[in-house]
Amino acid sequence: MVALDIKDMEVVYQHPDSLANVSTHYCPGCTHGIAHRLVAEVIDEMGLAEHTIGVASVGCSAFSYNYFDFDFVQAPHGRAPAMATGVKRCKPDRIVFTYQGDGDMISIGAGEIIAAAGRGENITVIFMNNANYGMTGGQMAPTTLPGMKTTSSPNGRDVEQTGYPILASELLATQEGASFIARRSLHDPKNIRMAKKAIRMAFETQVRGLGFSMVELLSTCPTNWHMTPANAAKWMEEKMIPYFPIGDYKVHPALSELKV
Amino acid sequence: MPLRGTIVVDENLCKACELCIEACPQHVIGLNAEIITPRGFHPAHLIQDECTGCGICALVCPEAAITVYREKRGAQG
Repeated sequence: MVALDIKDMEVVYQHPDSLANVSTHYCPGCTHGIAHRLVAEVIDEMGLAEHTIGVASVGCSAFSYNYFDFDFVQAPHGRAPAMATGVKRCKPDRIVFTYQGDGDMISIGAGEIIAAAGRGENITVIFMNNANYGMTGGQMAPTTLPGMKTTSSPNGRDVEQTGYPILASELLATQEGASFIARRSLHDPKNIRMAKKAIRMAFETQVRGLGFSMVELLSTCPTNWHMTPANAAKWMEEKMIPYFPIGDYKVHPALSELKV
Repeated sequence: MPLRGTIVVDENLCKACELCIEACPQHVIGLNAEIITPRGFHPAHLIQDECTGCGICALVCPEAAITVYREKRGAQG
């Protein structure tokens, strides 16, 4: 292999400044890492690192305060939107976002998120939907697909007994206070680029003071799905996306002109 | 001839999830079986000299472990 001198080359991509240079606790291939990276890239591109306060939730994402290189607080289970509301109202000049999983946001925290969206709080929510409770060992979550096997639904989710998955984006898009609600997936390069644009739009919504913004990111959980990371991405494309369609569910008219 | 590039993988961050290997359009990334990282993984590395510096490996990397370099445009003459 002919050695190329990297000093003569331009850097196409490097570790974002807002992401701490530490090894994460996430399992190999977990798309939490991709979401962290996209958020850090957006914060860097917008030059907001000095003005941003993140709110971590409970779940795998609880340790995200170790991985982002800006201010962070940790909220009790499901209460991140309530804590973010307090932070934003005390410090209106700061950019406040929560980083929550599905077991946190749409199960125990469903009341907080709907109330925050209904009030039109000027916060941004990054919602990771991986269809189970990842941190505690892959139990059934409100977003688990019908028939999907988890440790607490070993015969597959029975909709007669446990109901249907909750569609968070569709639900929050009906709230008058919400300004930007989108669902994206993290299974391939094209969708990762689309996810980054949606995250940028969500933060632009907050910078413009338009109200509540949320990006739902479909993500993989290779360990609890018992798949390799590549197979988990394929499974997500085939099984999760038909149930959780990708798209913009609510876009404030003031944002429709914006190109990011 | 397309522009040439190269990648540098941070061996302390790489967890050998193989997503970059799957995503690489040139199929030039593999795991380096000769190295074991402190966390017990064989990190990814470049196995052939056909990298174009497209950056797709860095885009799918969950650990942000990959730095991508590309030749400056016009450097080939």
